[in-house]
Amino acid sequence: MDVLVGALKETGHDRKLSKYQVMANTVAFGASVGLIDYDFEIVGEAIMEGFTGRKAALGELNVKAARHGYDYMKKTFQDVFAYKLHPVRTSEKRMVIRGVQAVGIAKFKAGCGFQTYYPITPATDESEYLEQRQKDYGIVVVQTEDEISAVLMATGAAHAGLRAATSTSGPGFSLMAEGLGWAGLTEAPGPVVILYQRTGPSTGLPTRTEQGDLQFVLHAGHGEFPRIVLAPGDVVECFHDTFDAFNWAERFQMPVIAVADKFLASSYRTVPVFDTTGMEVDRGQILSEKDLSSKSLYKRYEFTPLGVSPRTIPGTRGGIFYTTGDEHDEFGHISENSENRVKMMQKRMRKLQLAAQLIPSAKKVNFFGPKEADVTIVGWGSTKGPILDGIQDLEADAIRCNFLQVRYMNPFPTELVTEHLAGAKRKVLVENNYSGQLGALIREHTGIVMDYKILKYNGRPFSQNEVYDGVEEAVNNGVKEVVMAHA
Amino acid sequence: MLELKDYRTRVHNDWCPGCGDFGILNAIQMALFELKLQPHEVAIFSGIGCSGKTPHFVATYGFHTLHGRVLPIATGAKLANNALTVVAVGGDGDGYGIGAGHFVNAGRRNLDFTYVVHNNGVYGLTKGQASPTLPKGLRTKSMPAPAIIEGINPLATAISAGYTFVARSYSLDVKHLKETLKAAVLHKGSALVDVLQTCPTYNDINTKEWYAGADLSSKAPRLYKLEETGYDGNVKDPGDTNEVNQKKGQAIARSFEWGDKIPVGLFYRSQEPTYEDMIAKRLPAYKEVPLVKQDLYRRDVTPLLESLT
Repeated sequence: MDVLVGALKETGHDRKLSKYQVMANTVAFGASVGLIDYDFEIVGEAIMEGFTGRKAALGELNVKAARHGYDYMKKTFQDVFAYKLHPVRTSEKRMVIRGVQAVGIAKFKAGCGFQTYYPITPATDESEYLEQRQKDYGIVVVQTEDEISAVLMATGAAHAGLRAATSTSGPGFSLMAEGLGWAGLTEAPGPVVILYQRTGPSTGLPTRTEQGDLQFVLHAGHGEFPRIVLAPGDVVECFHDTFDAFNWAERFQMPVIAVADKFLASSYRTVPVFDTTGMEVDRGQILSEKDLSSKSLYKRYEFTPLGVSPRTIPGTRGGIFYTTGDEHDEFGHISENSENRVKMMQKRMRKLQLAAQLIPSAKKVNFFGPKEADVTIVGWGSTKGPILDGIQDLEADAIRCNFLQVRYMNPFPTELVTEHLAGAKRKVLVENNYSGQLGALIREHTGIVMDYKILKYNGRPFSQNEVYDGVEEAVNNGVKEVVMAHA
Repeated sequence: MLELKDYRTRVHNDWCPGCGDFGILNAIQMALFELKLQPHEVAIFSGIGCSGKTPHFVATYGFHTLHGRVLPIATGAKLANNALTVVAVGGDGDGYGIGAGHFVNAGRRNLDFTYVVHNNGVYGLTKGQASPTLPKGLRTKSMPAPAIIEGINPLATAISAGYTFVARSYSLDVKHLKETLKAAVLHKGSALVDVLQTCPTYNDINTKEWYAGADLSSKAPRLYKLEETGYDGNVKDPGDTNEVNQKKGQAIARSFEWGDKIPVGLFYRSQEPTYEDMIAKRLPAYKEVPLVKQDLYRRDVTPLLESLT
């Protein structure tokens, strides 16, 4: 408070202390930067960004207040406080970006023309990002009456020939389950669904993070239908996986769900500007009026060796088709025929085998570290960062680690996962949930059982220290299941 | 030169003999034909129920969707390609029960589409339970006991929700229904056509004879046409709030008339900006070229990335 009064005296505002008391925040901000001996310039810039137009004069006052805090700390603690922060010089151009932005930019890049959403934390930021730029990029963003409508409106747009998406979190995704089944059965070329997991069940801890929805996403909806499920681990993967999701949705004609979480959605990261080379839109097989003129009758669900039937865009002459959530024949008309049923099931599910073959291995899993190690950490999604950081600390203490990050959950990369885990000495699962859902999935597909689990389900993301402590506890003390709880 | 048969498919129809659905199906096919709409430029969407099979019988693009979810899917397709003529059909249970949330919110948007509801008071496909329009106290033949809750008034709900064309017709008066459908399709904005329909299998109360007034001492038909009474549901100046409110009020009051006399025809019509008009204010190219025909696949995102550096 003395520092604040000092600042107010300098500008002649010291008689209105009560009015300016709120500036204690700015003083604290300046003080923090002073303590770590960082350049003051950035403090001034940051404050002025918040005070534009008529408020500029107030901004200058705040900068002065921050300066007082800065100077005070520097003078008093310069020699006592050992931790200093200095800018890293790099020739590389870098961005400050959050997961929701990375996903949004990828949607523009992919040609997404339609986004639906119902307001929900933490997914809404992405839709708002798109809507703010809709004029420049030509996208229709619809706030729907609920998530049932959101997923189905996007599916309707996808069937109509537009790349379409929706974004949500757990409660909303729960409502989408029936719609996903319709998209799957009717072989809609989408939608792309981005699920930002938060702590469940029900409302849970609505503004906090968790990886609790993996098994749900894989099975949401009744009956069996093909879907692609992928899980980006950082903002760079959010960008590339979202872009790919649209290609897969149209090429394989099925819903694609990218599973991120609150931690990934909302945390700012500094990364090099995304490399967009090689990112090509592939819309799959679409028949034009010309293609159709030679065919007598168009079959939207024609049986093909690979399972994918070339589609038409409604409005195309000669391309009329029918689609139904009932089992159907090749024309899309309702069929109760038992043989047709078996053939249609096989046709649809065959598309997953095709997807498994065509999706590059390099996208399905990431493997970090030496081939041989004392400990093999297994994880997915946003734990990637903390795990990579934690591994460095473990290496420093002579525990050699490698890390298998699974990115495609369906079709599941069984061979790749088996290859990396079959000879692993100690397999340690790290997941931001109660039960170790990826561990269960790996066991389902490969029969491989994790030796140790490090779990965390208090709504907070893993820290680097927790990865370190967890592995130590598991490997050195033989604790099978370590539960982390840092706030 | 298109003929009426070009709007028909050869799919086997398994509706019950005498089902009111036939009249609605015929009226849809005739309306599309008379409006000279190219079959490939029309898309018909349906929900689940007996009426859900309608798209399979019409030779246009056809989408048989989920129970209660016809409007979201139709909305998505129309927004993606606003050059399509979009007709949605469904039952009263589908639209006013399980899909009630979509029914109301679609009206708020005033998207340019036509929604035809087969209103027969029962859930036919599941063997005759009470639908949301069945009045309190009635008991159709497969119900264990009379309904103890009141039926919804779909016309009043539609007007309140924002539908800008609200009409009622009768499935056994195909000519009136066809003309009503034509006006609905031509209307720019959300149009509801609630079609009173007989279900000879499960609704033994609101039968063909009942609608014809056979049980009344006057023997006069229950249905009468609004337009023949001098009623005018058209809003002349949509900018005049007083007129709009007066017309809405008159339509809602009339929609509650039920019993010995039941009005059919156009209850309310107003030419308001559509959802597409509103979107076009944000995306100027939207109405000139449907989104599905725009090249969205070579966008340059460099400015977005640069803005974050």
